[in-house]
Amino acid sequence: MRRFVKAAVLAAALPVASAQAWEPTKPIEIIVPFPPGGSSDQMARTIQGAIQKNNLVSQPIIIVNKPAAAGGEAMLDIQKSAGDPHKLITTSSGIYMTPLATKLPVSWKNFTPVAMMAQDAFLLWVNASQPYKTAKDFVEAAKTANPPLKTGGNGSKREDHLISVTMEQAAGIKITYIPYQGGGPSSVQLAGGHIDANMNNPAEEIANWRSGAVKPLCVFSDKPLTYTQKITADMAWSDVPTCVSQGLDVNYQMLRGMFMPGKVTPEQQAFYVELFRKVSETPDWKAYVERNALVPDFRSGQAFVEFLTTDEQKHKDLMGKAGFIGTN
Amino acid sequence: MADASDTAPEAGLSRRIVEIIVALILMALSAMVLWDSYERGAGWDGGPQNGFFPARVGWILLIAAIAAFVSAIRREDSVFVTYGQLRLVGSVFAPLFLYVLAIEFLGIYAASALFMAVFMVMLGEFRWWQTLLAVIAVPVVCFWVFEIQFRLSLPKGPVEAMLGF
Amino acid sequence: MDDLNQLLLGFQVALSWTNVMFMVVGVLLGIVVGVLPGLGGPNGVAILLPLTFGMDPTSAIILLSSIYWGALFGGAITSILFNIPGEAWSVATTFDGYPMAQQGRAGEALTAAFTASFIGALSGVVLITFVAPLVAKLALRFGPAEFFGVFFLTFCSFIGMGKENKAKIVASLAIGFLLAAVGLDTISGDLRLTFGSSELIKGFDFLVVVIGLFGVSEILLTIEEGLHFKGKKAAIDLKVVLRTWASLPRYWATLIRSSIVGMWMGVTPGGAIAASFMGYGLAKRFSRNPENFGRGEMEGVLAPETAAHAAGTSALLPMLALGIPGSATAAVLLGGLMIWGLQPGPLLFIENKEFVWGLIASMYLGNIAGLLIVLATVPVFAAIMRIPFALVAPIILIVCAIGAYTVESSRFDIWLMLIFGVIGYVFKKLDYPLAPLVLAIVLGDRAEDAFRQALLGSGGNLSVFFSNGLVSTLMVMGLLLLFWGPLSAGRRLVMRKVTPTRSAPASS
Repeated sequence: MRRFVKAAVLAAALPVASAQAWEPTKPIEIIVPFPPGGSSDQMARTIQGAIQKNNLVSQPIIIVNKPAAAGGEAMLDIQKSAGDPHKLITTSSGIYMTPLATKLPVSWKNFTPVAMMAQDAFLLWVNASQPYKTAKDFVEAAKTANPPLKTGGNGSKREDHLISVTMEQAAGIKITYIPYQGGGPSSVQLAGGHIDANMNNPAEEIANWRSGAVKPLCVFSDKPLTYTQKITADMAWSDVPTCVSQGLDVNYQMLRGMFMPGKVTPEQQAFYVELFRKVSETPDWKAYVERNALVPDFRSGQAFVEFLTTDEQKHKDLMGKAGFIGTN
Repeated sequence: MADASDTAPEAGLSRRIVEIIVALILMALSAMVLWDSYERGAGWDGGPQNGFFPARVGWILLIAAIAAFVSAIRREDSVFVTYGQLRLVGSVFAPLFLYVLAIEFLGIYAASALFMAVFMVMLGEFRWWQTLLAVIAVPVVCFWVFEIQFRLSLPKGPVEAMLGF
Repeated sequence: MDDLNQLLLGFQVALSWTNVMFMVVGVLLGIVVGVLPGLGGPNGVAILLPLTFGMDPTSAIILLSSIYWGALFGGAITSILFNIPGEAWSVATTFDGYPMAQQGRAGEALTAAFTASFIGALSGVVLITFVAPLVAKLALRFGPAEFFGVFFLTFCSFIGMGKENKAKIVASLAIGFLLAAVGLDTISGDLRLTFGSSELIKGFDFLVVVIGLFGVSEILLTIEEGLHFKGKKAAIDLKVVLRTWASLPRYWATLIRSSIVGMWMGVTPGGAIAASFMGYGLAKRFSRNPENFGRGEMEGVLAPETAAHAAGTSALLPMLALGIPGSATAAVLLGGLMIWGLQPGPLLFIENKEFVWGLIASMYLGNIAGLLIVLATVPVFAAIMRIPFALVAPIILIVCAIGAYTVESSRFDIWLMLIFGVIGYVFKKLDYPLAPLVLAIVLGDRAEDAFRQALLGSGGNLSVFFSNGLVSTLMVMGLLLLFWGPLSAGRRLVMRKVTPTRSAPASS
């Protein structure tokens, strides 16, 4: 507690010296469009910790969780805060998916892209007691299953659901998708055998994988993960083959990045780009990336915008095919 | 409660009228719910649809509201709130309403200071320094607890902006 | 016995000076967080999480879990004194706690609540200590149908035959369900009941509604009676504590029942909120004088508090043993574990023994510390009742507004709080009961989600709710409780016919 006060007093007393470069003049708010404890929240708090520990900014960082309406509320808030250089939002694919699915009047094009911190992979997980060894076994089983096999994941018309439907279309199978309140519940449901598979991120299943409750069949990325440290007795993340290589032609990754509200000055944007570049080089961040088996992929400026444009188009196509585009 | 006073009944708002108004509002509410739910599908499509439960609950609310309406008409009328009480309630509600309104423009700290001042002067018998102390202390303590200790950003207005927050 | 040795080792770890200090600091912070509505346990823990990154994991979890204990204790304080639940699980505590405070028994109510919390927490910790691996597996048996069964059971145990107008009970319940349905529907991923308003997409947060319905409306009702608080003569010395303790053994059945309900709901992820309502409902159902409930019956404070804490504590068990968070706070702690480099799950008990047993030992000590601290504050809090209304009322209202705002950082929520304050005022005066509304708003959408998830899995076949022993038992118990009222009334009627002169035995 004391430490807080001291930090605040120090921050107030420090003269802001440099004249040309922009510096934040009040506490910086990071809006997290997910509840506390989720993976976006963990990312934001890791960043907060890394910034504070390494003294990268003189101002305190505040985390605000706005999980309502699949992050829609958080995006509306950023949209309304145009010109405010003390606000940031953590983003995932939800930044295009929520507006497309719900027809909320928000678009990332009205925001200022700051940086992409990493990408998050998705894997096809099954209960360890199942006989499937490869994605192919799973698809074969799904072809004959009656009632259809069940997958579960976070919410409806979101990443997990999209992968599930894309899988159905790619393999010509029928799957029942059951939406849960998050990746955590869907992980438990898989371990308990209430669903047949889920499409969770590495961080969401690592505990159950290590304990032998679930096993990964394949990863929905274009190449296997790079982490070679053994997670179970005989497997590392890098040993999980890609789904495409197993004949399941589904490829999907999710960005994890940072945006600012629209209408900020280039100097303000540049400050945060530099800040997050520094963050991405801290040992705290590197440890976080490795722990969660994220795909490190720092992009800013034009490279980030190009990525977003392509990625949004990809989501539009996939969601259109899946019938997720909102009509109301 | 003090509704059964044995002196001459004080004049006040009729309970029957309030009951009827509330029942009508509830009916309107259920109509809105029913409209919205049937609009987006309230059927059973391999399991209940999005509007299935709201629609069923909407019907139930409609029936309950009609029942409340009927019993309001049939029951003996009494006083909902006497005008004297209503004035007292108004004396709290009006500042509260203005307070919430002021938060929009002044931010929560300045509005809270004003609210404390109005409340204590209008409804209390305090010495001027007691009022002044409370008016200053409450926003400052709130600021210290929420902004500095818990790192929560509360709505701020021009006064805070002047002080650099 | 190996476990016992481990536990003793754990006590050694937890009893180091720094760790005891963290415990006390954590409990104090937790009480503050629990008292302030809108600043719940999850926020409190999440806010301090980054501070702990550099700390030793055992000290870090002791600090953070102590905040959790403090928040569990603190939630009851405002419920009892001002009818404002600081946390969702203290709503049921207001039903009898606030009337007790109005009768000048605030000290008694606070003592009862704190002691009940302690007993509940203790039973949860004992459960974790001795049967962790066995019980943890239970959580895995819960699919959507079983979840629905638990919520159904909660509703049935709570919804009895109230004294109010039946139409009004039903209307209140329906309003709660509808408020819970507003916003994004989990199952279809579509918005509903938002009528194109961008403010409504986030739905009605439970805390905002409750702060308005209970807190603000109570101030409006109080002022009708003149400019003072009822219950000014609250006794403010520690003798109250001893007197209350002396009367506790009488309620042993309630305490045991609520502990069991709480432990069950904590391990199976039903949660502390459902547990508190169910504990209250069952206590009323089995009480000798159910008509006293809602009018300041001490049993009505003991039952929900014991259940909520037993659940809140047991919720850490699935987190440690399986990596499943049993509550929102547990979810944040789970995030913390990973950040400190620990991997929650079954292997934690083997790979990080010192951490696990240090934590378990700190649960005992943290709760003892918590109880002592809150009991010492009873006179302080009871004395608040003596402060002039014109000073306390605006402070309460300001804290309410801040609380409503912090839930979602939304100014619109402050307006909603005001509107629900008026609704609460009118509803209370017209005898629309508020408890069913609150219950429905808390559990309504979760029950609906579970129902629809279960049907998605079964292909629309309703028999899924009776497909195995566990879910069938839950459903049958629910149905039994639902019809308990009419059944026992019918039995009484028959008894009366047989022996017309004797009044019905008070055995139920």
